[in-house]
Amino acid sequence: MNLLSEALIGAMKLLVGGYARWIGALPSARQRIYFANHGSHLDTLVIWGSLPRALRPTTHPVAGADYWGKTPLRRRIAGKGLNALLIDRSGSGKPGEALEGLRVVLRQGDSLIIFPEGTRGKELLPGPFKSGIYFLAKEFPEVELVPVYLENLSRAFPKGAWVPAPITCSARFGKPIAVGPEESKEDFLARARQAVVDLAPVPEAAS
Amino acid sequence: MSLYEKMAWLFGGVGVVLVVASLVAYRLSRSKFAERQPETLDNLKQRIKAWWVMVAVFAVCFTLGKGATIVLFAFTSFFALREFISLTPTRPSDNAALVLGFYILLPLQYWLIYTDWYGFFSVLIPVYGFLTLGIMAALKGETIDFLPRIARVQWGLMLAVYCISHAPALLTLPIAGYEGQNFLLLFFLITVVQASDVLQYVFGKMYGHRKVAPNVSPSKTWEGLIGGGLAAALVGTGLWWITPFEWWQAWLMSVLIVALGFFGGLTLSAVKRSLGAKDWGVAIQGHGGVLDRMDSVSFAAPVFFHATRYFFGS
Repeated sequence: MNLLSEALIGAMKLLVGGYARWIGALPSARQRIYFANHGSHLDTLVIWGSLPRALRPTTHPVAGADYWGKTPLRRRIAGKGLNALLIDRSGSGKPGEALEGLRVVLRQGDSLIIFPEGTRGKELLPGPFKSGIYFLAKEFPEVELVPVYLENLSRAFPKGAWVPAPITCSARFGKPIAVGPEESKEDFLARARQAVVDLAPVPEAAS
Repeated sequence: MSLYEKMAWLFGGVGVVLVVASLVAYRLSRSKFAERQPETLDNLKQRIKAWWVMVAVFAVCFTLGKGATIVLFAFTSFFALREFISLTPTRPSDNAALVLGFYILLPLQYWLIYTDWYGFFSVLIPVYGFLTLGIMAALKGETIDFLPRIARVQWGLMLAVYCISHAPALLTLPIAGYEGQNFLLLFFLITVVQASDVLQYVFGKMYGHRKVAPNVSPSKTWEGLIGGGLAAALVGTGLWWITPFEWWQAWLMSVLIVALGFFGGLTLSAVKRSLGAKDWGVAIQGHGGVLDRMDSVSFAAPVFFHATRYFFGS
């Protein structure tokens, strides 16, 4: 762990708490792909920072190169601070090419944090998932797919805001899922999305 | 007695109370009580532990002086407001209002207290904050739930920042013949509020039958309020020698603090209920969140401040 990571995680915890709620899975050194809803630039930091310290060096958040690679400062924060893997989201390459970097990491035995919506949404629940997670699940069946629901982040630091507002956020980790042998791409993507949706806390009925 | 001698006696006294409480909890944990009511015992142990921490923090603040105390309360306000807003369904478009509240109004309020600018800190949030939040939300142009949305942010700021900030504001209150001893007033307020909370809890557990507002808080009973409140007022009266008050004035002030503390707890329970939660957060083990501990202070502090200022200020 380096100083930059410690400072980023410390600031994140002071502002938004960033608590981990292990609901359907426990922290484990097993190789995993964490997939979550995406509402803010803090998402990466909250999931990665809520993991136990020992798991962070081998867990790489996947981030868009168009944003995180744009300036030297952002590149430094993403690379050194967050241990992130930058990918090209422009879609200019051949289909499936964007996943190549992810495959390299998975072949090394490391874990990933991905946001299958591909971009930040404004709603409480995630939008439709892109197909990358399906191809990775097929190619790496031994890797656990852990759904994560990020609570409150789209409220604390919505798209277009300059600074995050201090609202307590948490990362809720659910029960791992796997792609079925006969399952179609669409079915799996819908089921993966539903696994994230199911983790969203239902407010207790006001009495 | 000098200020330091008084503080030594007070912290010594609180220390003795906590040592006794810790010993009682230890005895209970080795008796039959531990088998019959393990949860009550756990809760008791966590509360005692949290009080040790609070007393230690207070002692450090007293040693470091006014600046440290104000910073402590500023952070308390920060976490209380964070809890309030977290439970409140704000919308992403409220971000600018929240940023104004957290990063501008909150520090400004405590800075004004630090610089002793009474005329400004007493109107910053009720006047300027109130108007600005409305203007900002209107400029943003989102009219869905307009009034509930700005009202929530304003309530949060009033409770968590404005009201709570009147506790450290006691340090700046000029009282003839009491110069340099204002920390004792803050000690008086916090001690009476805490004593009232715990004694109402104890009396309520032992004798409680008739609920004050069953829909709002099942744990608040008339027996707890009156028994615990009178006992806490006695504690406050016994502290008259650290205040600028006569003993009977100390009693009246304690009754005022107890009553407002009670209504603070009750009102915030109602707010919590309407938001569908039991505790404000999980910050302090055994105590729920910061606001669960500060609800009584937030109501008692501004009224105690103004009563003292009106009758004893110079």
